[in-house]
Amino acid sequence: MSILKADHLTIRFGGLTAVSDFYLDLEEGELVGLIGPNGAGKTTVFNMITGVYHPTQGEIYFRDQKITRQSVDKITALGIARTFQNIRLFANLSVIENVMIACHLRIKSSVLSAAFGLPSYLQEENYIREEAEKLLKEVKLENFKNYVAGGLPYGEQRKLEIARALATHPKLLLLDEPAAGMNPQETKELMAFILEIQEKYKLTIILIEHDMKVVMGICKRILVLDYGKTIAEGNPEEIQHNPEVIKAYLGVEANYA
Amino acid sequence: MKGKKKDYLLLKIATIFLVILFLFIAQRSFDAYILRILNLSGIYVILGVSLNLINGFTGQFSLGHAGFMAIGAYASALLYMSPELKEVNYFIAPLIWPFSVIQVPFVFSLIFAGLLSAGVGFLVGAPCLRLKGDYLAIVTFGFSEIIRVLFNNLQSITNGPLGLKGLPTYTNLWWSWGIAIFTIWFIKNLVNSSYGRALKSIREDEVAAEAMGVNLFYHKVLSFVVGAFFAGIGGALLGSLLMTIDPNSFGFAMTFQIIIIVIVGGLGSIAGSVIVGILFAILMEVLRAVESPMNILGLKIPGIPGMRMLIFSILLMIVVLFFQQGLMGTREWSWEWLHHKLTRTKKELEEGS
Ligand SMILES: Nc1ncnc2c1ncn2[C@@H]1O[C@H](COP(=O)(O)OP(=O)(O)O)[C@@H](O)[C@H]1O
Ligand SMILES: [Mg+2]
Repeated sequence: MSILKADHLTIRFGGLTAVSDFYLDLEEGELVGLIGPNGAGKTTVFNMITGVYHPTQGEIYFRDQKITRQSVDKITALGIARTFQNIRLFANLSVIENVMIACHLRIKSSVLSAAFGLPSYLQEENYIREEAEKLLKEVKLENFKNYVAGGLPYGEQRKLEIARALATHPKLLLLDEPAAGMNPQETKELMAFILEIQEKYKLTIILIEHDMKVVMGICKRILVLDYGKTIAEGNPEEIQHNPEVIKAYLGVEANYA
Repeated sequence: MKGKKKDYLLLKIATIFLVILFLFIAQRSFDAYILRILNLSGIYVILGVSLNLINGFTGQFSLGHAGFMAIGAYASALLYMSPELKEVNYFIAPLIWPFSVIQVPFVFSLIFAGLLSAGVGFLVGAPCLRLKGDYLAIVTFGFSEIIRVLFNNLQSITNGPLGLKGLPTYTNLWWSWGIAIFTIWFIKNLVNSSYGRALKSIREDEVAAEAMGVNLFYHKVLSFVVGAFFAGIGGALLGSLLMTIDPNSFGFAMTFQIIIIVIVGGLGSIAGSVIVGILFAILMEVLRAVESPMNILGLKIPGIPGMRMLIFSILLMIVVLFFQQGLMGTREWSWEWLHHKLTRTKKELEEGS
């Protein structure tokens, strides 16, 4: 079943066409890689899917429902979550609060029952806390739960962002360069972790990544963007031998192409 | 863990008992001057904590508190004043019906003041909080000025610049501090709840908050409307305490006072707003001396009105320059903290003996 369909998306910023005619039909359970040089338009694709930007042309369907002009929080509630390339944690709040905030969209108690501390609310609060603790255990951050999020090392912040995204209960997870700033050992662990959560939560994932090793290692299908255009699509084998891709990456990552 | 919970309960009961005892003794035996300062403290606490919800916890900069206070003060006065008192006050243009004939108990006038303020808060806040960007400061500043001008001109409702005089003093320590404690309790619960975390996430990073499913508009309006509600009640209490209100006493200077309390106490610290709110009320009275004519070493200095605000402004600048986070930062008091302090001193005492 198709979970996401990006139907010929084009977006212009003034004179610049950041993404043109982007097409992606994503099957449930896929792990797709989105690669391309800096400024190719990868993050912009994420921003369109999550409703941060509205495409100039084209439509987006999530499980056959049109979400093109929905607000960001509604799209998240429908089941699309993301992480950010330039980490955007709630830096002054604690690690566990970061995750608990992402559980807020499921809260049923009214604001008054929360402010008056009614039992029905307190029960929900407990439930949220337990879930957040469970997620933190999964990314091995449970010992840091009361630390200020902004004080964590870089790699841990990236993991916290993933835990926070998972707390929204997504069906589709968009990871924007999750391995950026990680050392090779951390990167290896991250790859295993991505596969693990995909399995566990039955996720469909789109992965933007600069580290070709990561993408080639875990993605069955890869899309390559260059100057906003999709210049290649296929499995890792095909992508590695695609002359267009080699040209786009020439010099930079030639050893992988 | 069980024992601790029981300790907290005891601590809460003891604190509540002590507070009630203090209010009881104070209300019965303190002189009018001290009572006035204590009442003002309670009111400043209500105003500071409620503005902190908007400016400190949600990160939306409102400059509209005086406007909501004016609405609360007038709305309640129109309800609790007796018809005879209204007739005496409105001698230029008579008060319009039905305000001219109704009179309700103080408590209902307070609730109405809060609800009306909250309703107006919604109408003012909703349009600009829908937009991205910091329009709130400008819009609320304008709103406050519009209220002032409007109230100066609606002769047959507000009595215009003459204001309302001889208001009955219903405000006593039970009202001012009772409501102050309720405000602290309510807003503390709110900011520590899931809704409060959502408000703080907006302050931290709007883009990330929205991406995590936080409805920005709903939560910003929520915080603004709750803040306006308590500002309205604070204004109502102030009117009945001072016994006289006029539109110009709810100018920008009034909002500025509350802003000082919030910033000096710490944006995002309820404890900070409480401490500084109380100190502010005391200092406002103590520093009254600097505005009266002085004679220093034979040098005659005439009274300079506004001198107190000058001092407070300098204080504000010092705090902003040297304690960016305010006196309390985002630190709070909690029952745990108090329990910890008490048990520690107990232990130290035992060890000492
Ligand atoms: N809000 C915006 N306004 C103007 N230009 C933008 C905006 N967002 C992205 N762009 C431009 O779109 C292009 C693609 O950016 P981006 O999607 O961030 O690239 P990538 O993630 O592939 O490195 C860049 O040239 C960038 O400058
Ligand atoms: Mg990018």
